[in-house]
Amino acid sequence: MENVQGQQHPIGIYFKIWGLLFVLSTLSYLVDIYEFQGYLRWTLILVFMALKAGFIIAVFMHMRWERLALSYAILVPPILLGVLIWIMVIESDYTFATRGIYFGGAP
Amino acid sequence: MAPSDSDSTAAPTEGLTSLAADWSSDQRTFKNVPWGKAMMWIFLLSDTFIFTIFLTAYMTVRMSTTEPWPISSEVFALTIAGEEMPLLLIAIMTFILISSSGTMALAVNYGYRRDRVKTAVLLLITAAFGASFVGMQAFEWTKLILEEGVRPWGNPMGAAQFGSTFFMITGFHGTHVSIGVIFLVIIARKVWRGEFDNNTRGFFTSQKGNYEVVEITGLYWHFVDLVWVFIFAVFYLW
Repeated sequence: MENVQGQQHPIGIYFKIWGLLFVLSTLSYLVDIYEFQGYLRWTLILVFMALKAGFIIAVFMHMRWERLALSYAILVPPILLGVLIWIMVIESDYTFATRGIYFGGAP
Repeated sequence: MAPSDSDSTAAPTEGLTSLAADWSSDQRTFKNVPWGKAMMWIFLLSDTFIFTIFLTAYMTVRMSTTEPWPISSEVFALTIAGEEMPLLLIAIMTFILISSSGTMALAVNYGYRRDRVKTAVLLLITAAFGASFVGMQAFEWTKLILEEGVRPWGNPMGAAQFGSTFFMITGFHGTHVSIGVIFLVIIARKVWRGEFDNNTRGFFTSQKGNYEVVEITGLYWHFVDLVWVFIFAVFYLW
């Protein structure tokens, strides 16, 4: 035991996060059942998604107990992906518009 | 591990100063982290990019198509006792994957407590959850292909891109789950045989393993669950 360094935490926290993930999944499922639409739907879905992802990374994957050197090396690069998504949103809006204009398919 | 960690005693261990100190120390950057764990994290970072590129490609084709997109809560509905339950199978799959993450986290914990039997059993439960997830996905694919007539190049419900993105994204994720199940069974066998307690050398690397391997396997498994969170949100709930 002395030689093993590693993530030692009280077991209760895993059960708490487990339960929380169940609750959040149920809530995002209910968003679909109750057929929320528009911005409300998207806000709820993305908030539940971010919370679930955050809890899995922080507790199950022990990121909140790691040193910052590791956390930053892993968590900062994915921010770049936001740029990719942003560019592709603009690109697809443009494609959608040109398809509407030239092929007459858009509503 | 003990001798090489003496290098980290003098440096700050918390806050931004530790970040600067660790990265500028002219020593290994990831202190107090076994190399296998650091490498697994870096692999997962690269996998994050791959999955994000897939999901972004899906977003792009979905936003740019002028064809109607098939309504996912109807396509993935299950009919039980004559009643249509929207997304029921997907919800069950989600709960199964979350539960497998829970048992995995417990396995890691018992591993560090050196509870050989509990760790092995929990790893096998995790693998069983994973295998049932893959089974349900096979069922879902079969239903989609045979009953709904979805193909990678088209489908009767609307935009052709639905099939290609669906099969690519869930297929890639299912492959990850399958590999994870194999990985889990191998590690469970090692734990069960006490190979991390009596320093048996591994069949592949010829290195002595220890219970950190369970945590590293766990990182991979939690990542598979993590990817499903995003697929569930943007593919099934959109």
